[in-house]
Amino acid sequence: MTNNPNLLADLQQMWKFEFMQHAFEAGTIVAVIAGITGYFVVLRRSAFTAHAFSEIGFAGAAGAVLWGIPPIVGLLLGSTLGGLAIAALGRRAANRDTQIGIVLAFALGLGLLFIRLYAGYATEAYSILFGEILGISSDAVLITLVAGAVVLIVVGILYRPLLFASLDEDVAEAKGMPMLLIGTAFLLVVAAAVSFAVQVTGVLLIFSLMVTPAATAQYLSRRPQQAMMISVGIALMATWVGLFVAYYTPYPVSFFITGIVFGLYLLVRGLRLVIKPHRLSGPPVAS
Amino acid sequence: MGPKTTAVQSNLIAAEDLAAGYREKTVWRGGNFAFGRGEFIAVIGPNGAGKTTLFRVLLGLQQPIGGSIRIFDAPPRRGNPRIGYVPQRHMIDSETNIECLELVRLGLSGKQWGFNPFSHKERDAALAALEAVGATELAHRPLGVLSGGELQRIFLAEALVSNPDILLLDEPLSNLDLRRETDLLHLINDVVRSRGVTALLIAHNINPLLPHLDKVMYMANGKIATGKPSEVLRSETLTALYGVQVEVLRDPHGNVAIIGVEEHHGDMA
Repeated sequence: MTNNPNLLADLQQMWKFEFMQHAFEAGTIVAVIAGITGYFVVLRRSAFTAHAFSEIGFAGAAGAVLWGIPPIVGLLLGSTLGGLAIAALGRRAANRDTQIGIVLAFALGLGLLFIRLYAGYATEAYSILFGEILGISSDAVLITLVAGAVVLIVVGILYRPLLFASLDEDVAEAKGMPMLLIGTAFLLVVAAAVSFAVQVTGVLLIFSLMVTPAATAQYLSRRPQQAMMISVGIALMATWVGLFVAYYTPYPVSFFITGIVFGLYLLVRGLRLVIKPHRLSGPPVAS
Repeated sequence: MGPKTTAVQSNLIAAEDLAAGYREKTVWRGGNFAFGRGEFIAVIGPNGAGKTTLFRVLLGLQQPIGGSIRIFDAPPRRGNPRIGYVPQRHMIDSETNIECLELVRLGLSGKQWGFNPFSHKERDAALAALEAVGATELAHRPLGVLSGGELQRIFLAEALVSNPDILLLDEPLSNLDLRRETDLLHLINDVVRSRGVTALLIAHNINPLLPHLDKVMYMANGKIATGKPSEVLRSETLTALYGVQVEVLRDPHGNVAIIGVEEHHGDMA
């Protein structure tokens, strides 16, 4: 631990370590993807679905560890299968909480079995559940980069129809938009984004990147594109600051990330209570 | 303010012996009607009479089970940009902190794939639609905080932004107090008259609509009666439709009271 006040020198020292470089690279990609897809998760009230993906991904990751393939591959496979399954349940997933809950409980149990079969050690389970960004390999960074680019492209293509379908489902359907395709593509995008984010925050803390930044951003801007940028900004800031602080303290990165995003969320909600943004002001509409 | 008599050259909507429903159950049959450009039509009937089913058939979301229906001289087609639609019980989550302008813009180009920022042209079209419904000052307000009447204006702007020839409004007046109901009706009437849009509006109470209507469509017992209000709102017509003796009473203000109908559906108000 150093008391050197020079930030640049601190950063230089930190980045001498390859694992810190990897952590910053992966953390940056994940923050961008999670910040953007998280906006739609919040808008569509799909937080529970996102959480389900991470727990189904846990089974995949644990299985991957057992069979000696990179956990990220198992995560992606698991959550993608979960995404397809939930898409098959139908378009209006709002009332599917029970089914999703049933599937994710089984997935967690399966994950537990795989972990036990592996070696009986809890280290792997711990890092999947709570994140182990400091242990990300260069392979995982590369996979995250490539798959992350694919996710961004898909979100770019989907952008307007997805936004429309999320805001006004009935009219979008009447306009002949392919709702099943849009919904399924969105679920797969979230499944992928969740898989990347699990590497940083772990299965159990997934909301800290997939939900909290976007929920905070939603309060700060009424324009979706702007809100997405703010969401990405919050996720990036929390990841970078979290990594930096964790490097100089004995405490886990995931804690700092969750702490920072939660603090920001509280701050923004608190400020909104004080400054009511013309909720009731403005003249009534004349006709 | 009497309805404008429109010279009907060609019909935008024409049905012959139209029947709608599902494999097991016919909701209604014997739909014979023709609506021309710029006509304002009220669709009245008890819950479950098949009013929304009619809209679904017109939108191409549901196939008719009998007869023929033509819109713009072609079978209904899902996603026809010439039809604007405001669904029933249409609500926006109160947590939605997105400005109204965004939804109206999506009404114009929400189907477009690919990431491209909204153009000035789209923005101007959306602002013009908001102006047409008297909601200019709502453009940058979040959708989640609007009142029912304000929200209906935004939905109307969303439906109007693509300049449709036909407007389908499913119970836009429900949950509005009397004053807001009157305001919204005047607005819809202005839009219909100034743009020459053919509008079908589903409602429970015909009275506030009467001064504006060109035609009325009554649905009950799996049957449909369509025509000018003076033709349909008669004891014989409604008695035949409802299957029980019905009296139509008029007060000096032109309000109509329909007496004797088994199923009360608000016309007594």
